[in-house]
Amino acid sequence: MTHILETVDLCKEFSGFRAVDTVSLKVREGEIHALIGPNGAGKTTVFNLLTKFLPASSGRILFGGQDITGMKPAPLARRGLVRSFQISATFPHLTVLENVRVALQRRLAPTFAFWLPGRVLTRLDGRAMDLLEQVDMQDFAAVKAADLPYGRKRSVEIATTLAMEPRVMLLDEPTQGMGHEDVERVTRLIKRVAAGRTILMVEHNMKVVAGICDRISVLQRGAILAEGSYAEVSADPRVLSAYMGSETQLEGAHG
Amino acid sequence: MTLQRNLLIALGLAALVVAPAFIYPMLIVKLLCFAIFASAFNLMLGYTGLLSFGHAMFFGSAGYALGVTTKFLHWPPELGILAGIAVAALIGFVAGAVAIRRQGIYFAMITLAISQLIYFVAMQMEWTGRDDGFHGIPRGRLFGLIDLENDLALYGLVAVCFVLALLAIHRIVTSPFGLALTAIRENEPRAVSLGYDVERYKVLALTLSAALAGLAGSLKALALSYESLNDLHWALSGEVVMMCILGGLGTLGGPVAGAFFVILLQNFLADKVGEWLSVIIGVVFLSCILAFRKGLVGEIAAWMERSRKPIPGQESRR
Ligand SMILES: Nc1ncnc2c1ncn2[C@@H]1O[C@H](COP(=O)(O)OP(=O)(O)OP(=O)(O)O)[C@@H](O)[C@H]1O
Ligand SMILES: [Mg+2]
Repeated sequence: MTHILETVDLCKEFSGFRAVDTVSLKVREGEIHALIGPNGAGKTTVFNLLTKFLPASSGRILFGGQDITGMKPAPLARRGLVRSFQISATFPHLTVLENVRVALQRRLAPTFAFWLPGRVLTRLDGRAMDLLEQVDMQDFAAVKAADLPYGRKRSVEIATTLAMEPRVMLLDEPTQGMGHEDVERVTRLIKRVAAGRTILMVEHNMKVVAGICDRISVLQRGAILAEGSYAEVSADPRVLSAYMGSETQLEGAHG
Repeated sequence: MTLQRNLLIALGLAALVVAPAFIYPMLIVKLLCFAIFASAFNLMLGYTGLLSFGHAMFFGSAGYALGVTTKFLHWPPELGILAGIAVAALIGFVAGAVAIRRQGIYFAMITLAISQLIYFVAMQMEWTGRDDGFHGIPRGRLFGLIDLENDLALYGLVAVCFVLALLAIHRIVTSPFGLALTAIRENEPRAVSLGYDVERYKVLALTLSAALAGLAGSLKALALSYESLNDLHWALSGEVVMMCILGGLGTLGGPVAGAFFVILLQNFLADKVGEWLSVIIGVVFLSCILAFRKGLVGEIAAWMERSRKPIPGQESRR
């Protein structure tokens, strides 16, 4: 198996404080890879570095074998490394359909044409509906994103990200703050859309991680503490003490 | 809603046609010029979410460009207006390229700095007439046919330009570009993560806004046959912010209403209160902001929205 995404000694310092400390992460093509760790471990910062929303202090990032360390975020997204955000990231005053269409428009329709009427974009509606069906949101197409319940916003985000036809999707805590049912629905959804692509996700819910993730990297205070399958990682005493020490979380994983 | 809107548009057009019979045409010309200017500014603050604090540079530069081309180069007025638009658009593009990476207050400061630079250059140049102003701009004949020395003919030109400018703005904000701009304004990081080079869209928005501000500045200079440093001054940049916020950001009618209100108030008070004018305008502005957060037009629209009954069935989908 080849590594589609790889970091080499990646570091990020915020005025002297090392938020990410010589992280060498290897994500295999086609897998669902989890990045876990306690609050403040640096998971979101790793995502920001990978997607170039933050410049790295040192180290390199390879995507599909190419060095992307010096790239800008938007062109990198166009190459197929697409992220979501920890706090939900929809366009609140656009409808669900329009949210997805914004992503389609960038690839398939004019975006600078200020002289054309907006209705030229309606030819994207069919594709947008297809994507909404994939995440089971077709009934919400005309609803404003801001009016959706939280769990449904996550689905809109995933549909929007899918519209980019990404090679790698980075999901930052996709089930955070969700009720039981929504967690299950979104987990199934992630499993489904993982077909044919790679997913790197930050996740606190061990049940989700145990259920769908092929590999797990544990981050603690900016550095990688352990790596392996769920069985390997959850048996690691250092991980147990650092992160999965609480019984409830382990119970959740098996229950 | 659409019926109400069409009715409003019809009323507005009718008012434009009959207004010069009741009101001194040159006052309406002035109102319309500032309405175009405020609408152009709204394209930035209302629809792009960027506060430019140097919009007078586009308004004033266009006026000088029209003056130079019509007075010294003897261009016809329609080409003079185009020259004003082109110069303003060019300055907008350059200012955008310099300032667009900055956010919020930094963007405002850089646009202010560039406009001050242009102001001081204009003040140093002999040909601008400096503090005396640039006099003797010929109104000329539009397309070689219509004599604009006639105030009514000039009014017609400005009214047509006003309608076209509003149509252009409506088209821009509802175009594919306008929708991309909306997405960027609503959630910029998300737009970036979808591959949008957000800076390019903002530069284009500023260029278009500058071009329309240029149209307003050209028309005003043509109408008054005169251009002055006041049209480049930062105080005017501040005034247009006030017009927009007073009337209501992000609505088509808001800046028009705001511009009418501010200019009429100024006209009404000018010979009565003297020095106190800016204080009074400031107090009015402050009270309006506190009373109507969405601006005059924004509040009316919100009120109409509230008074509409929810459509049955819409709720059940959630
Ligand atoms: N822009 C920034 N400037 C300064 N410090 C930062 C910045 N971003 C993150 N940090 C710090 O870096 C550390 C890692 O933060 P990060 O958000 O990556 O953690 P995380 O693992 O995503 O945590 P959580 O599980 O709470 O989301 C924290 O101590 C945080 O305060
Ligand atoms: Mg985080």
